[in-house]
This record gives sequence, structure tokens and C-alpha cells, in this order.
Amino acid sequence: MVENRPLLAIFSHIMLILGVVVIAFPIWIMFVAASHPEIRMTQVPLPMLPGGHFFENLDISLNRGMSGMDGNGVGYMMLNSLIMAMMIAVGKIAISLLSAFAIVYFRFPFRMFFFWMIFITLMLPVEVRILPTYEVVANLGMLDSYWGLSIPLIASATATFMFRQVFLTIPDEMLEAARIDGAGPMRFFWDILIPMSRTNIAALFVILFIYGWNQYLWPLLITSEPGMYTVVMGIKQMLEAAEQVPQWNVIMMTALLAMLPPICVVIFMQSLFVKGLTETEK
Amino acid sequence: MLKNVHFGPSVLPFLLVLPQIVVTLVFFIWPASQALYQSLLLEDAFGLKSEFVWFRNFEALVSDPLYWHSFKITIVFSFLVAFLSMSFALLLALFADRVIKGSGAYRTLLIWPYAVAPVTAGALWVFMFNPTLGIVSYALSALGYEWNHQLNGEEAMGLVVMASAWKQVAYNFLFFLAGLQSIPKSLIEAAAIDGAGPIRRTFDIVLPLLSPTTFFLLVVNIVYAFFETFGVIHVVTSGGPAGATNILVYKVFSDGFVGLDLGGSAAQSVILMIMVIGLTVIQFKYVEKRVAY
Repeated sequence: MVENRPLLAIFSHIMLILGVVVIAFPIWIMFVAASHPEIRMTQVPLPMLPGGHFFENLDISLNRGMSGMDGNGVGYMMLNSLIMAMMIAVGKIAISLLSAFAIVYFRFPFRMFFFWMIFITLMLPVEVRILPTYEVVANLGMLDSYWGLSIPLIASATATFMFRQVFLTIPDEMLEAARIDGAGPMRFFWDILIPMSRTNIAALFVILFIYGWNQYLWPLLITSEPGMYTVVMGIKQMLEAAEQVPQWNVIMMTALLAMLPPICVVIFMQSLFVKGLTETEK
Repeated sequence: MLKNVHFGPSVLPFLLVLPQIVVTLVFFIWPASQALYQSLLLEDAFGLKSEFVWFRNFEALVSDPLYWHSFKITIVFSFLVAFLSMSFALLLALFADRVIKGSGAYRTLLIWPYAVAPVTAGALWVFMFNPTLGIVSYALSALGYEWNHQLNGEEAMGLVVMASAWKQVAYNFLFFLAGLQSIPKSLIEAAAIDGAGPIRRTFDIVLPLLSPTTFFLLVVNIVYAFFETFGVIHVVTSGGPAGATNILVYKVFSDGFVGLDLGGSAAQSVILMIMVIGLTVIQFKYVEKRVAY
């Protein structure tokens, strides 16, 4: 702080609180809607304060689903989302660690060629190649499977770049010392590189978990069997059904469930999250 | 790039890059080349035979007013999303940089919408603005304004812009705050000694020094609005009413999967691909040279 201006400080706080209110308002409305019975959700104006049916709605959403749907709740969709997010995050980290290790620590033919090939994936987001990628996955028989949900998304240029950056900052003496002690490449990788990049791995995991959990277009394309739906898809499905029977309490409870895991990750691992976000964007 | 001290030649490095390269080839490069190839084909309505037509799909796109409409809408949409979310985030970051007590708490309270999926964000906003029930449309009608984004194209655009920008504020806020905190205090103090007040300092020192961050965020926000808002559009408007929110990414999806126009959809994919390549080049060429204070 350069100078003491109490009025400006108070004004700053007021503006920030207003900002927080604007940002949090949709979440508050969602939470309120998720705690009222169905009948209240048809009376205008809708409530602004929470009601007493939160756990009832939780039960409906998790175990029974909306009336007029197949009678399954979104519990299994949460599980699908979790499996998909974990597979994407772990898969991306694993293959990126390995390829960054190869590119930084080995001299071999086509090294730069491989590097540029990985770089190209940056320029090919799923949105621009949806139809042909769908065909590939269909031909490989991976539709409606966890493999199909995760593998096509796990190539990662950003993760490879980040680990490359991390490895480049590790002093050369580490490798020399390991070699003198008789460690081979894989031993060096496991016992020195991985432990030394632990915080970076954790930070990247936080970002990738959120990325994986929030995937929508890809699961929408390749799953046709309801048993493979993810919770984010469940919301869209409920919204479509809502045109006939508006059960906004259940929809908002599902939205709450769908955002809970990634939000918890952001709040409880905030420093890792910030680190991951700023480092992958370099 | 390569370590001075490194391992000698063996098959091991090939095995190490293999998983990444296989995934890249099978799910990225091959489909992208297929999209390129299909964009030159014309398939009949039953998908029985296809004919090589060179650039006719592209010519059809260029002469299609609907495509230009979608193009124009995408530009408007991404400009509005970037402008709205960045200006709001910058304002909050400027204030958060000023407060001493509680800036950590404000950060926590402002960053979590980042974790909300675009579809979920869309669901929240569509609920608040539901024409018959929504709490905001109720308030608006009390003020004498009848909101109906299901009929009014401009309101539909406004709604998807708000939902998309809301989600992106968190990201921009974090980067603006980090950028502000990396500006040397000595510069600010020197200006203060010269008699510049907070507003003068903001415009003459802070904002110019923040311009690399701003430029970086502008590129990121445009990419976000172009490619990552599919979920918002799909949930809130499905491209409607009457194509008012049919942005390019949504059009590729609806022409390809719903309309089954393979050649046309592939040609659109190729155009999008060129745009991503352009944006990535800009990002790496100009953003990499970030000013170091």
C-alpha cells in the first residue's frame, strides 16, 4: 500500500463484496432451488431463501431421478464422471511424463519430429475433428466404454511442455550423481525425476481432474447407452425432460452435485490449483 | 532443449514416447487428415457413394448466407464474452490488489466458478432467466420488461454471453491479480511521490504495465469463446432461436451429427482448424515475449 486512504479502502471492500455477490448469485439460487419441494418450484416468484427439503431432493436426485425418466438417479453418473476424470488426469500425466523424459534426457533420431508432432495436438481440439474422431473410436469398438471416454483425450501438449520445463530446471549434477551410483534411466526417472516434480504433478492433476470432469461434447457423442452417461450429460437430459414436467428442484440438485467435486478440488487445493493454472498456460 | 548430460542412444526413448505418439496419431492426426479429405468429398444423401469434388464444399460454404451469419455471430459472441469477463475481472483485480486484509478470502470466493462445467453454468442461467419461472425474468417483468430468450434472438445471445462470461471471470481475475502483484512497488511509489493519485496511477502506470497479461488473456478468452462454450450453447439455446446463437462450433456439430452433411461439416472443421492454428501461432509468437518487469 502506497498511501493511506481509508475511504478508498472501504470503497474497494464494497466493490469486491458486490463482485462476490454477483459471482455467487447463480450458485445461491441453485442451492435455494435444490432445497425446496417440487410444488414450490411452480409458484412465481420463486423463493430466495432455502427451504427444508434439501436431503429429500438429494435422495431423489441420487437414487430415483426425475419422474418421467428411467427411474435411475444420477448416482451412477457421478461414478462414471469420477472414473472418466481420473482416467483422463492420470493418463495425461503418465504419458506426458514419459515423453517429456524421453525428449529432455535422450538423444535419439526423430526427437524433434516427435516433439512437433505432440505440439500439433494443441491445434486440434476435439471440437474441430468431432466426426472423424467419432468414426475412429467406433471402428475400434470403443463406443460406450470408459476407454473410449478417456483415451482419445489423453494426448497432451501442454502437460508435456510443462514437464519438459520442470525437467530442464533440474540440475545436471543430479543425473551425474545418479549415474556414478549406477542408476539406469528408469531408476533415475522413478527415484529422482518423479519425486522432484511431485508438486508439479499434483498441480497438474488438479487442473486435469476439473478438465476431465467437465467434459461434455465428447461423452455426448460416444455414449448412447444410459449406463455410461456422465453427470454433466444428466443435467442436459433433465433440462430436456423439464420442458414437459418442470422439476427444477431435482435439476438444480443435480447441478449442485455435478459441480461439487471440482469446486471442492479448487477450494481445498487452492494453491496447487493456482500453480497448475499459471504453469500450464506458459 | 536437450540436457547437456544425457543418456546414450537406445530403444528406450522410443518406447517412452510411444504411448503419446500412438494416441496423437490415432485420435488427432488421422482424424484431422480425414476431415481434410472428407472436406473435398460430396456424399449422397444415403451415404452410399461419395464423389471427389475438390473445393466445392468450401465454395458452398462461402456462398451460404447461413454460414456467414454464423461467422458473424461467433465474432460478436467472442468479443462480448472476452470484453465482459475481462473488464469485470480487471475491475475486481484492481480493487483486490488494493485491499490488504482479506484479499486471500476474496480470491477464494471469486475463483470457484472456474470449476463449474459449461453445461452446469448454462443450466443455472437458463433457470434464472426462465421466461415463466425464472427469478431474474420475474424481477425484470416487475420492472416492466418481458424477457423471453426463447423467442428473442438478442436476448438469447445476451444470455449465452452472460453464462459464458460468468464462468470465465475467475480465470481472468487470477491472471490479472498475479499480473498486478508482479508490478514493482517502487514504480507506484515513485508516481505517488510525484503526486499522482490512485486513478492517475492506474491509467498511466498500472494498465500499460499490465498490457502483456491483457493481451495473453484476450487470446485465451477468444479461444475459450470459440471452442469451449459448446456446452453453454447446447443447454441454453441449442443455437436458436432461428440461428441467433448458432456459433461455428455448434454449427459443425449440428450440421454433422444432426444434419448428417458430412462434406459440409468437414469443410467447416477445416476452417475452424485454420483458425485454431492462427490463434495458436499468435499466442506463441507474441505472448511468449511477455515483458519481464
